[in-house]
Amino acid sequence: MTPKPNATAPAVAEGSAGGSTALAWLYVGVPLLWGVSQTFIKALALFK
Amino acid sequence: MADNSSGLLDRSRTIAPAGYNRWLVPPAALAIHLAIGQAYAFSVFNKPLGSLISGDPAHPAATDWTPGQIGWTFSIAIVLLGLSAAVFGKWLERVGPRKAMLAAALCFGGGFLIGSYGIHLHNIWLLYFGYGFIGGIGLGIGYISPVSTLIKWFPDRKGVATGMAIMGFGGGAMIGSPLAANLMTHFKGSAPQGVAPTFIVMGIIYLLFMQWGVWTIRVPADDWKPAGYVPSQEHDALITTANVSADNAIKTHQFWLLWVVLLCNVTAGIGVLETASPLIQETFSDAAMGVGKGVTAAAAAGFVGLLSLFNLLGRFFWSSASDKIGRKPIYLIYFGLGVILYALIPTLGHNLQLTLFVIVACLIISMYGGGFSTAPAYLSDLFGKYQVGAIHGRLLTAWSTAGVLGPLIVHSLSEGRKAAGFTGAAAYQTVFYTMAGLLAVGFLADLAVTAVNEKYYEKGPVTPEAGGH
Repeated sequence: MTPKPNATAPAVAEGSAGGSTALAWLYVGVPLLWGVSQTFIKALALFK
Repeated sequence: MADNSSGLLDRSRTIAPAGYNRWLVPPAALAIHLAIGQAYAFSVFNKPLGSLISGDPAHPAATDWTPGQIGWTFSIAIVLLGLSAAVFGKWLERVGPRKAMLAAALCFGGGFLIGSYGIHLHNIWLLYFGYGFIGGIGLGIGYISPVSTLIKWFPDRKGVATGMAIMGFGGGAMIGSPLAANLMTHFKGSAPQGVAPTFIVMGIIYLLFMQWGVWTIRVPADDWKPAGYVPSQEHDALITTANVSADNAIKTHQFWLLWVVLLCNVTAGIGVLETASPLIQETFSDAAMGVGKGVTAAAAAGFVGLLSLFNLLGRFFWSSASDKIGRKPIYLIYFGLGVILYALIPTLGHNLQLTLFVIVACLIISMYGGGFSTAPAYLSDLFGKYQVGAIHGRLLTAWSTAGVLGPLIVHSLSEGRKAAGFTGAAAYQTVFYTMAGLLAVGFLADLAVTAVNEKYYEKGPVTPEAGGH
């Protein structure tokens, strides 16, 4: 059976779509930036 | 596995409503890949795990685990990554990404918890079973679970989409390494080396972190297309509009050529990653550079960190570039340029050109990352999007093979040269020339890729639910 869009799934309102997207990127972006910054600090030792 | 329920995890419950913002999907994918990418930071546990009895990494007890025993944990995880991706790929296509991501989170997080018990009991087999076997299954399912979904959401930018997710796998090690180091320091007083409680906390953190991906992932409706998207009318024989099933894909020589391409790319990359720290320290030592001017252990760790950064950036940059350049040409660049750069490394070391040496190594490792992230888009071009996740899963057995083959080649060649009295860059010369030869094989394999024969195409419309058995 071909799946149809789920009518019961929570619709993302146009107005909140931007906020949800920003929140989603922050959720993954913050730990990633932390990890990158830690690695970068470690990498600086190479140039000392 | 049964999947006839209409629960929250069911594929039909993840179909996006009209107006859904597709840019919510990459963070969901990243939530999985940033977590499972921790696997590449497993080496942070090597010394603590090797001194659980003695308490002193410099003076391990006779009953402490050896580096060889500990190393098997990572090897098992990588082998299971490839095997589980191959075995569960069709199941994933059928049940959809949400159920698969949840399974991945449970296995990966659960693997840490079982592993912690093994560490607590000082039972290496339980560590192998937990982190290696169960965690490895989580790695495999997690690695492929968002890929086909991303390709369906971004038919106009397949390379960008898969590059973003697979970049997360590279980033996961950057988070996992300092996180583990900080936790082990925190728990050092409560358990030997603080490792067992660190495993518990990391298992819980990753299990929870991955839930964001599980519950926000959405698949597009079958007839969905990006606004204003018009598939290119320009004929490109290597981009099909048809679909090939996973079972048929492995009957094509194109699949096996790509398998060789990935095998060569990963094996050669391991040649750099495995030797990076000792190579730079031994080549640019105080004896060679002058007292106080050689590369220290801390600087070598910085070099490894720099390689990780370029591995991450390469995954996004090269894969995105492949949307413009084309998949086949970009692999020809990886391999063609790679042959030259790998062959240059021993010469740069011999001439003590440290800056150029670092630049070349970073470029090499960026293309290694690019090879990983461009693969799913290449598969989608050749076989269509129908079961691209399952086909990608089967391709990842090349990674598992390289995970065993790469270190074997590196260690046997470098140890042989050292035993023969060679030092510095000369000790690693044959490693790099061998890897350059492997890249030449990869170049030829990529060059031989042609369009898939129409006899392998699916006849009539395809639906995800019909995708697996």
